[in-house]
Amino acid sequence: MKNDHRARNHPAYWAFLVHRVSGVALTLFLPLHFWALGNALQGEARLESFLRWADQPLVKFAEWVLVLLLAAHMAGGVRLLMLEFLDWRDWQKTLLAGAAGVSIAVALLFLLNLT
Amino acid sequence: MVFSAKPPRLRASAVKGLTFMTTLKVKIWRGTESGQFQTYDVPRLESQTVLDVVTYVQRRLDPSLAYRFACRVGVCGSCAMTVNGVSRWTCRTHVDKVAAGDTLEIAPLRNLPVIRDLATDMTEFFDKWAKARGRFTGAHTRKDDFATVKPESKERKRVDAGIECIGCGVCYSACEVVTWKPDYLGPAALNRAWTLANDVRDVAQQERLAAVAGDAGCHACHTHLNCTERCPKGISPTAGIAGLKRLVLKAAMKGEL
Ligand code: SF4
Ligand code: SF4
Ligand code: FES
Repeated sequence: MKNDHRARNHPAYWAFLVHRVSGVALTLFLPLHFWALGNALQGEARLESFLRWADQPLVKFAEWVLVLLLAAHMAGGVRLLMLEFLDWRDWQKTLLAGAAGVSIAVALLFLLNLT
Repeated sequence: MVFSAKPPRLRASAVKGLTFMTTLKVKIWRGTESGQFQTYDVPRLESQTVLDVVTYVQRRLDPSLAYRFACRVGVCGSCAMTVNGVSRWTCRTHVDKVAAGDTLEIAPLRNLPVIRDLATDMTEFFDKWAKARGRFTGAHTRKDDFATVKPESKERKRVDAGIECIGCGVCYSACEVVTWKPDYLGPAALNRAWTLANDVRDVAQQERLAAVAGDAGCHACHTHLNCTERCPKGISPTAGIAGLKRLVLKAAMKGEL
């Protein structure tokens, strides 16, 4: 028999989920990112129109979500590296809280910069 | 409360003498891999454990119920089950702590074949301890003097952190990777290997590292920490597994593996 969601309902498992989901989302975003960069190479006019499009509030919000994902994935990655390479025992929850804190702080900073 | 040689829950008079708080609706798994939950009404008592509830059902309502226990005090590791979806030792889990309202759902451990009802086949679980080279190999004979291991040494402290395992299988049942990858050695066997890897008297270290390295060994762990979250003895198999990964890496860099 298999476990269901009740067995997975604890902070470390949420951390795993956030890391996995943000990783997948970032992978999906990458082609779009390269496409935008490719536009820049194609000439100023196309980039201009793209940048104008990217100035809409909804797109701005999506950008903010991306930064949050990136920050969460990075902080989660650092957390994992620390769990794997340091001789930890009792402070893994502190580490988790730290990772969550860092990712939210980075995203908020970005948001402040935007406005 | 009257103290007696027999636990009070086994005696009709003792049960009658207590005021029932409410009635628990207890869903218990009946069958093997295929089966269904059956509901029983069990009087809810003060300080009742989940094992008390199962025992009540077996002794009074349905003697055909299969389950396992021995010590009742958290030592033997034989009473683990899945309680309201979470793997737990039942003899030291109070109903008050886990009941959702007045309901309990009791199922066998996950990731192990079900023999019948609440009893799982633990063969695989213990075979994996052997596969992880979980036995001590010393070089001394009875003619040698005692080995001295300083209590404050790093190795001894690491052993202490993992040595109290009672082999209950809770971590193994909670581990997602065991579900994904049935040949994964699992948290308990690897925790055992880690305690031996830190035993300065042991002389089979290289062989053990070879046994725990690789895809079915420590490298399969995704650091979900399900095991660490659920181990009733407060052990962190995840920490031990991470330690094994580091030892394997070191040995590989030195070309010993
Ligand atoms: S930390 Fe590793 S061993 Fe423990 S539950 Fe997760 S995957 Fe399994
Ligand atoms: S490590 Fe903990 S949960 Fe796993 S078998 Fe040992 S005591 Fe049980
Ligand atoms: S019956 Fe022995 S640990 Fe629960």
